[in-house]
This record gives sequence, structure tokens and C-alpha cells, in this order.
Amino acid sequence: MQLTEQQIERYSRHIILQDVGGKGQLKLNRAKVLLIGAGGLGSPAALYLAAAGIGTIGLVDGDVVDLSNLQRQILHSTATIGQPKVESGRKTLNAINPDISIKTYHQLVDADNILPLIKEYDVVLDGSDNFTTRFLVNDACFFAGKTLISASMFRFEGQLTTIKPHAGYPCYRCLYPEPPPAGLVPNCQEAGVLGVLAGTMGILQASEAIKEILGIGETIADKLVIYDALEMKFRKVGRPKDPSCPLCGPNPKIKDLTLDYTVSCTI
Amino acid sequence: MIKVRIPTPLRPLTKGQGEVEAQAGSIASMIETLDQAHPGLKDRLCDETGELRRFVNIYVNEEDIRFLKGKETSLNDGDEVSIVPAIAGG
Repeated sequence: MQLTEQQIERYSRHIILQDVGGKGQLKLNRAKVLLIGAGGLGSPAALYLAAAGIGTIGLVDGDVVDLSNLQRQILHSTATIGQPKVESGRKTLNAINPDISIKTYHQLVDADNILPLIKEYDVVLDGSDNFTTRFLVNDACFFAGKTLISASMFRFEGQLTTIKPHAGYPCYRCLYPEPPPAGLVPNCQEAGVLGVLAGTMGILQASEAIKEILGIGETIADKLVIYDALEMKFRKVGRPKDPSCPLCGPNPKIKDLTLDYTVSCTI
Repeated sequence: MIKVRIPTPLRPLTKGQGEVEAQAGSIASMIETLDQAHPGLKDRLCDETGELRRFVNIYVNEEDIRFLKGKETSLNDGDEVSIVPAIAGG
């Protein structure tokens, strides 16, 4: 595979970067990235991944565009209210870059459909809005050996980490062994979220995904990044591997996706 | 004095403050001290048996206390403690 003249021009600002170059751009053009959720985090991430020339972008989301989404979900517009988010997203991404392939899955991920889905991709971005999905995506990526870039947000605060236990790093369960019981913490709909925070966190996810694909820079797989928009502070804390982790530890209790993942769906 | 960073979901208990101070020699005593000043905080951090909840992490100077000595992790003057709960909004 060679870059065409048009591609060389489109991606020229990447290609002249020493750490990317033509070879790096080809890696991006060949990469397949799956976005779980085409909402607050998935929107900005998808826009930049498409612009960067990620060859195949998969969008999974079971929702349709709602007026209350548009305060932060910049993949969608007033004109696409009522349409499936994945279809609305496909149009936006194709307009930015017709050079790439967008695959859409208008469905929720569950224990039955997630493994065949993520098998087709190199990197997965979790931009889902509930703990049930986050634990399921973590476990599925572990079994499939896929790198997962996880971000989440609450009001004015965001968290970000890269999860790749197949490379010796901790998984999501090493960080948070269990989800909170339902009802203990309000979800975004009840608690609110600063719209632009979704942009900050989603774009950081895209940045880490591109770094992982190119194999450049420092991975954050052993760190948790915490961003506080009000204080304008980024902090990084250590994220060690848990030797008693029920998923990626030496004596795993979780050996497949047959757990009851629906125990909690609020944060 | 120990500086304790309070995450957004717990700030209603600290009158909106993102950072509070405490005088404590261990995480366990810090939690008791904070709960006296900000009633209800302990319930949010610990379960009925007094154990730390499994979806709330506490860091002393960027180290997760689950990988130190848990609630018995000692604190020294000038330490910075962060309380970081799992969040799931997307």
C-alpha cells in the first residue's frame, strides 16, 4: 500500500513530523479503531481520528440523536435529530474525510455481540455512559487482547487511561475492582456535565489511540489521568497491576463474559 | 497538615470545597477526622463494615493505598491525599 498524491497532500502535516512520517501515516491509514458510544466522548474522538486518516472507524451506539445531546455531541447536528447517532456520525465523518471507511452498528453492546465486534479492530475507545458497559468492554478487550483507551467524565471532571493487560499493564478491574451499586452516584443526565469537557477528554482519547497505533511517546497504561476543568489541573496517579485481580491476575475468577453485567447501570 | 483533594461527586459534603485540610497520622484517622468536619463523608468512602468501597480509590502522593497498607497507610505532614471515585459518564 502506497500513499496517493492526494493523501500525501491531505496528511502532509503528519508526514513531515519525524515521529510519524510516511510510514506512520500508512500505519494510521491501515488502522481500525472501534468507538463504543458516538456521544460526548465518541464525537470529538471520531472527528480527529477521521481527520487523521484512521482507515476504518467503527461506531457502535444504540441511540438516536436528541436535542439535549447537542450541547456536547459535536458529531451530530440539529438537522440529524431523530436519526440513529451512528448514521448521523457517518455523514459527518465522511464529509471530513471521504478517504476512510466508516462502519456503523446501531445497537447496544452486550456479552453476546461484543467479542465478534471488537475482533475486527486494533484499538477500542470506550466512551460509554454506564458502568455495565465499561466492565463488559474491559473484560472483552482483555479476552480479545485489544488495546482499550478509556475515558469518562462527571460534571467538571474527567478520567483517562490506556488499558493493555496483554502488554503486561493493569486492566480496568485493577483500578476499580467493582462498580458502585445502582443509585449511589447520579448519572450525567441527573448530575449534568460541562459540554466542552467531553471535547477535552474525547480528544485526549484520540491522541492516546494515535500514539498507541504509531508506537510513539509515553503510554499512560500505568497511570490514571485526572482532569479538573474548574481548577484547570491535570494530575497523574500511579495505576499498578493488582495481583489479586479477578480478570488479569494469576488466579482469575472471570474466565468468560457470562457474568451478570447488568448489576449496576448508574454512576 | 495533610491536604485532601475532594472529587466533584463528594463536594456537596464539603460545601463545594475541592480541597480540605486534616490533621491525621493514617488514612483511617483522616477519614474519622474528615467525617467529623463533614458529616456523611465516611459513609461515601466506606461500606457498613468500615472497609473502603471498591469503586473509590485513595491516593497518597500519587500511590494507591490498596497497594500500600490500605486504611493503615501512614500519613506525614505535607502529604497530599486524593480521593478518586470511579465515574462512568460518556
